[in-house]
This record gives sequence, structure tokens and C-alpha cells, in this order.
Amino acid sequence: MDAGAARLDTADRSSFERSASARRADPLFRGGLTVLAGLVLVLLAFFFVFLIVKARPALAHQGVFSFVFSNDWNPSKDVFGAWPLLAGTLITSAIAMVIGVPVAVATALFITELCPVRLRQPLTILVELLAAVPSVVYGLWGVFVLIPKLRGTESSFADSLHVLPFVGGNVAGPNYFIAGLLLAIMILPIVSAISREVISTVPAEHKEAALALGATRWEMIRIAVLPYSRSGITGAALLGLGRAVGETIAVVLVIGNSTVVGKQIFDQGYSLAAVIANEFGEAANDPLHAGALIAAGLLLFVLTLIINGVARALVVRAERRQGTRLPPPTVTAAAMADPEVTAA
Amino acid sequence: MSSTSSASLLLAPVSGRRRTTDRLMRGILLAGTVIALIPLVLVVYYLFSRGLKGMTASGFFTTDPTGNFLGNPGGVKSAILGTLEIVALAAVIAIPVGIGVALYLVEFGKKTIFAQFVRYFIDVMTGVPSIVFGLFIYITLVTTKIGGSFTGWKGSLALALLMLPVVTRSAEVVLILVPESLREAALALGVPRWKVTMKIVLPTALPGLITGSLLAVARGMGETAPLLFTSATVFGTTYNLGDRMNSLPAQIFADISQPKDDIVNRAWASALTLVLLILAITLIARLAARRSRVS
Repeated sequence: MDAGAARLDTADRSSFERSASARRADPLFRGGLTVLAGLVLVLLAFFFVFLIVKARPALAHQGVFSFVFSNDWNPSKDVFGAWPLLAGTLITSAIAMVIGVPVAVATALFITELCPVRLRQPLTILVELLAAVPSVVYGLWGVFVLIPKLRGTESSFADSLHVLPFVGGNVAGPNYFIAGLLLAIMILPIVSAISREVISTVPAEHKEAALALGATRWEMIRIAVLPYSRSGITGAALLGLGRAVGETIAVVLVIGNSTVVGKQIFDQGYSLAAVIANEFGEAANDPLHAGALIAAGLLLFVLTLIINGVARALVVRAERRQGTRLPPPTVTAAAMADPEVTAA
Repeated sequence: MSSTSSASLLLAPVSGRRRTTDRLMRGILLAGTVIALIPLVLVVYYLFSRGLKGMTASGFFTTDPTGNFLGNPGGVKSAILGTLEIVALAAVIAIPVGIGVALYLVEFGKKTIFAQFVRYFIDVMTGVPSIVFGLFIYITLVTTKIGGSFTGWKGSLALALLMLPVVTRSAEVVLILVPESLREAALALGVPRWKVTMKIVLPTALPGLITGSLLAVARGMGETAPLLFTSATVFGTTYNLGDRMNSLPAQIFADISQPKDDIVNRAWASALTLVLLILAITLIARLAARRSRVS
């Protein structure tokens, strides 16, 4: 304080100049916020390192490759091959994508391009309400409504379409398909919302040009809207995939929790997230088992990291092409329009 | 809209095949939208038809779960209060930190490498499954028995981790929308940077910040997975965040696996309560968004 004041006195300062303490406030403020932002990075790094450290005993016991790919999860014998869990996660997410993404994109196209302007807002709100329902409520609904009510339909579907791969045979009550269907419903609002935002960035000139050339509404969507928003919709679908992979509670309730990999979509199964939620209680006094569950969490973390990393890379590429700064949050993925395609 | 009608007036009618395709595809898009709304209608229908009965039963809001399998299962008072307490503490942690990070990104970091790095990892955090956050708190705080094993505040921390990126991302969008001219005007008058941020930028963006924060709160309120490992479940009501604490999602999760009608009915009623709570918060968030001065 004193030293600063002395220096200031000798300086040729105007009466408008701030006092030393007032001048210190700005760098302090800036520094504080920077530290806060840095803390997020430190936290995530700590997070990652801690998961690895805690998962290590189990990974060392089982071997990393064998942990991921060997098909035998048997905690009572200290055998931890997570393939049945990983397979379940992949199967249910795939079912969710196959059902959810087309419906979500259709909804987004209908709301932005076809429906009367007056219906736009209400429809948007209704679709987004799906996101307000917590996953445990979806699980509850899945257990007491979907499983009993869909059983008959599933059996007749399995019987009549057993020529399809992964269809046919006995229908278990809780199964991959029910879990996938619930996930499809859960990813629908986010995929639809981001697709809608992407689609609404298609310049009106492009659409008007198509219509002026005599295109029908659908042709306008096909030649003007879809090519422009393709990469954005891909990003939206990927973000949905990330959600589906990590979803726990709804899945654990309806997937059946069987550690045998099912042969068809109406078989029981397990998923990475589900096994953590289900077994952590019994694992509390067994460090090896707990380590295996943490390793499952680590695998899940890495999986979502890769999926979201790809989605993010799409955004960054689109940003660079566009040359302007896109708004970052939920909108980031949304704003990934693909101007190069339209320019061509 | 008008461009279509004028186009059809001027041009020769489109061929039959093209028109059929157009009709067909429009039909498919409409069908997709209807399909998307079916689950919403069904979930809402079942919530009300199965949940209202339990909700209006005496003692649902005023008694704690008894834990009796055969007798009266009791209400969910402890779960509702627990959810409110846990989420309130989570909000108190996540909202200031989240908005602080967003302020750094918009006001100071801008396009610097460090800021881009932070932005990227905030995005990564949004993608991390909620159960992994729960697991993290479990291994760092619960198994190490820091301040007791399962406690309410650990649940709050897990939820705060989950809410933080949501708050930051939404706050960043809103802060970017604050006109640069406002900042420049204040700076030109000699206002220090921190005062510009606190007195000009934040108040201007306030409605948007409230909306984003409330949506994050709504999202945290419905989460089950992180709470299972952190605050666990308990029957009695407690106001001490240092104790095991019940919460609505965890209570519903526990009730689903009980093969008894009374308990399952309580699960439906609790689910309806939880959804109504979340809807109320979402509604307030939307109302705040209406008052927004930017965007």
C-alpha cells in the first residue's frame, strides 16, 4: 500500500485517476474468475485421475483388454469381464437411435417447415415437456405399463418377423427392446430441439429459391433444408447417443439385469450404468468388486467422452467454416450448419 | 407460405408422381410428430390416473415412510423435504460458480486458448453421465467417510456437478447477447471493469440467467442415479444436511421394486408430485424468460 502510494505521488497523475486499491480491484476480479474457470479443469482432471486410480486394482486383476471384451461378469468369483454390460449399453443405445432419431428429425422438420405458424410454439413446448419427465418416472412407467402392455405385441412381432436378425424366440418381460424404447423417448426432446435449431438456420433464400423453381414442399426440404443441416442433425443425433449411453435409472428398471448377453432384442440384458447402480451396495465391502464397478464407470466416461468429442469436433469445424463465432451452449451443436454443402 | 401459393399460381401443376411423393412425405412427417407426442400423453395419463389416488390419500404429504411392508407404508414427507433441501444447496453451489465461469468466458477469456479449453471441458462435463458424478462423489467423499458416510450435502455436491455445465452454457449465451455498446458506454465513463460486469452486464442479463439457472435446477431435481450413492435413502425427516437424507427420486426408485400395491401407488403419487414440482419450476423459468431484455 505505502510503496504504491509513494510511487503514485511522484507520478504526474490527474484527479480522475483511480486510487491504488481501486486499481487493484480489476485484476483481482479478473483473477478470481479465471481461477474459478481453471478450477473446473482441475476438478475434471482430478475426477479422471481418481477414477483411474480407484479402478486400477480391478483392471490389474482382470487385465484391461479382458475387462472390456471378455464375456463373463461374475463378481462372486472375482471375474469381471464387462462385455455383457458394454454390449447391453450398445444394443439399447442402437435401438434408441433407430427409433428415436427419425421420429425426432421428422418432428423437427414438421414443426419448422410444415405446420401452421400458430401451432409451432405449442408443439415445441409439448415435445420439450418430454425432457421434463425424470428418468425414474420413465422407469416407473416402463415397469408397470410398457412391460405388461407391450408383451403381446412383442411376442407376435417376434413370431411373425423371426426372419429378421436378432428377432425371434421367447420374449422376456424386461428386455433390451423396452430399454431401447424408453431411451428413444428420452433422447427425443434433445435431438428434436437441436435439429429444430439447426433447421431454422437454413437461409430463407435457399428455401424460397427451391420453391420458386417449382419444387414441392417435400422437394424443398430434400434439396434445400436437409443438405444444409445434415452435419448439425448428425451432431444432434450424437448428443442423443451420448445421453442414451449414460442413462441409468430407467434402464436398470427395465433391462432385466442379466449378465448373459442376449441373443435377440427381446432378451434380458444389462448395461454399464445399470450394473453400477445395482451392485454398488453389495460391492461396498469388496474393494475388487467396487474397483470393477468404478472401471465400468470409467469405461462409460470414456465412451461418452469419445461420442461428445466427435459431436464437438463437428461444431468446431462448422465454426471455422462459417468464420463467425457461434453461440456456444446447447445452441452450439444446433448452430452447426454446413455452409460448404450449400455453397457447392 | 405465400411463396408457395403464388408459385402454384404461376407454374404448371406438378406431375402426379411428384405430388404423391409430396403428400406421402408430409404425411410421414406429420405421423412422426404424432408418434413423438404419444409417449407424453401416455405418461401424463398414467401419472394422473394412478398417482392422484395416492396423492389425495391421507398422510401422503404429512407423514414419513414407515418402512412397514405389511401395514401402512406412510407418506413421503421426508422425501419431498429432502429433495428440496438437497436441490437448494446444489443450486447455491452450482449457480454462482456456473455464472462466474460464464462471466470469465464472455468478459475476459473470449477467444484465448485457455478459454476455449475451459469451454471444451464444460461441454465434456455436460456429456458425462449423471451416475459417473455420483460415483465420483461416492469414491472421494463417501467411502473415505469425510463428514459421515452418506449425507445430504454429498448428494448436493453430486447434483451441483451435474448442474454446473448447464448453468454455465445457458449463462454464456445470455451474456453474449448483452450489447457491446452498453459495456463500451460504461467503460468510456471511467467505470472499472468489475463494476461494469456487476452493475451493467449482470442486471441486463438477469432474466436470462434466472431462466437458465432454474432449468438447471429442474434438471437436477429429477436425477436419481447420483443420489443413490451419496445421500441414499432414509425414512425420517431431517433438516440436517449432514445426515442421510431421503429424496423423491430415490424413494420412487426404492418403491418400484416392492411388490405391494400400496407402495407402488405411493411411487406413482410421488412421481406425480415430482413431475409437478419440476413443471412448476420450468414454468417459472419460462415466465422469467419472457421478461428478458436481451435477445
